Amino acid sequence: MFPTPIEKKSAAVQAVYKVALPIALVVWLLPLIAVALTSVRSAGDITAGNYWGWPTEFHLLENYTAIFKQTPIGQYILNSFKVTIPTVIGAVAISCMTGFALAVYKFKGNLLIFFMFIAGNFVPFQILMVPVRDLTLDLGMYNTWYGLALFHIAFQAGFCTLFMRNFIKALPFELIEAARVEGISEIRIFWYVVLPLMKPAIAALSVLIFTFIWNDYFWATVLTQGADNQPITAGLYSLNGQWVAAWHLVSAGSIVAALPPVLMFFLMQRHFIAGLTLGAVK
Amino acid sequence: MTSPTVPNADAPTSRGWWKENQQRLAPWLFLAPGIFMFLVYVIIPIFQSINISFYDWDGLGEATWVGTGNYVELMDDDAFYTSLKNNVIWLVLYMLAIPMGLFVALFLNQTVRGIRIYKSLFFFPFVISQVVVGLVFAWFYDPSYGLLNIALGWFGIDPIAVLADERYVTYGIIAAGLWPQTAYCMILYLTGLNAVDPEQIEAARLDNAKGVKMLWYVILPQLRPATFIAIVVTVIGALRSFDLISIMTDGGPWGSSRVLAFYMYEQAFSEYGFRMGYGAAIAVVLFLIMMVYIVGFLWKMYRDEKGR
Repeated sequence: MFPTPIEKKSAAVQAVYKVALPIALVVWLLPLIAVALTSVRSAGDITAGNYWGWPTEFHLLENYTAIFKQTPIGQYILNSFKVTIPTVIGAVAISCMTGFALAVYKFKGNLLIFFMFIAGNFVPFQILMVPVRDLTLDLGMYNTWYGLALFHIAFQAGFCTLFMRNFIKALPFELIEAARVEGISEIRIFWYVVLPLMKPAIAALSVLIFTFIWNDYFWATVLTQGADNQPITAGLYSLNGQWVAAWHLVSAGSIVAALPPVLMFFLMQRHFIAGLTLGAVK
Repeated sequence: MTSPTVPNADAPTSRGWWKENQQRLAPWLFLAPGIFMFLVYVIIPIFQSINISFYDWDGLGEATWVGTGNYVELMDDDAFYTSLKNNVIWLVLYMLAIPMGLFVALFLNQTVRGIRIYKSLFFFPFVISQVVVGLVFAWFYDPSYGLLNIALGWFGIDPIAVLADERYVTYGIIAAGLWPQTAYCMILYLTGLNAVDPEQIEAARLDNAKGVKMLWYVILPQLRPATFIAIVVTVIGALRSFDLISIMTDGGPWGSSRVLAFYMYEQAFSEYGFRMGYGAAIAVVLFLIMMVYIVGFLWKMYRDEKGR
């Protein structure tokens, strides 16, 4: 292990490390801690300029009820779910199939199609913006959750295919060959042999895509407008414009917006990290 | 679709035909929905954008062919150069996330109690939305009550309005971006460090290698896959920078914090009328810059695939 395990160092070094660890954490997360604290401050604290000290009163319920009552933040959150969940299902379903096709079969153009997915995944969004917006308008899907979700499914297919293809490639190929010898059809091989083995990859990809799409801001502003259909990221931006100097409300809104992906991360941590670091170790 | 095989005397049932050809057809069946979606929403729009960049178009009315007119105009556009310069600054400074991430990973790569919780909490900034990161940092930089200026005050330095000062604004936004990006690189390196071969470390220790020397000659070479992924995601992150700029400054003050991605959006959807063609031309320039990296990445993947 590198660096040298701390247990092998002197007691003094160990003690320093154990003190340094929480301090480093507090410094690292200071902006977030400040936001969390401010989200429970009273309006009085804000006007008095008490932004960074300890709150004089705790207004947890007041502030959080206020943002739900006075603003459409509940609707924004709902819109986010309406875009994110179908995208996760769609992108994962599509890429299970494309990944399977590209990993298992040898055919002309295999690598070319694979590279098309990878290259597309890295393209800057801006070059897609004008045509995708037009297409969505033409389809009558502008400012709807499904218009946004359809685009996300298509775009995420690039990354997801890369991910799934490499995962399936690492599975033992003998399993598929054995099934073929038994005379099992290709579709059944996919469904009964390969898909059950892909569960960890599906879990990892689902959490990752959930986070990516939940946090998307650019496409939310390009393909939707107004509180009825905009997801929380775009909503937070417009609320920030309305809440000038009401930092306790901005903070509470930020915390609410950050909560779903944070919860997702904590519940599915192992899968999340496995997904993110795919390829980081040989 | 017709069967390419010669008609058989005992005409095969459709099931028989499928059985014979399924290995050839199955991949296309599985690929069809993915390829269709990807073509419609990603590949074709790239070419449409390139096409639009040769027109003058407000997004509604008739588009007029202007040839390379938009590109010629770009050559003389100061805002374009400001954006391009900022893109370069982003690219260079964003790279700092990689050594910073490595440093944090080395700090956290221990087995003391509760270290797993620490690792996840350090990763937090990456999980939350850039909109939230932008709001938090905008507030951190606020000249009258932001923590930065309170801290500067302790050293007797006058408040600096980071986001309102042309000299500092881009650096201020990049610093905000480095926070989640460092967390990302950290997690890549933590995973990489887990896979480092302990025997090599022991062998190197016997040879009296330690500290920085050990890191440089023994550890880093083994972390190469992690470093590669970290560079890829950081370059892409830097060139995609849009959210933070939109949230923190909206390109200001006086357009000095724009990058190509932001300038393009502004031109295409500006309040002074939509200039889709001009915006598309900017996007094409950004695309060409990104293409250099994409081709490099594909080239490496191609070599790896052939090496298998």
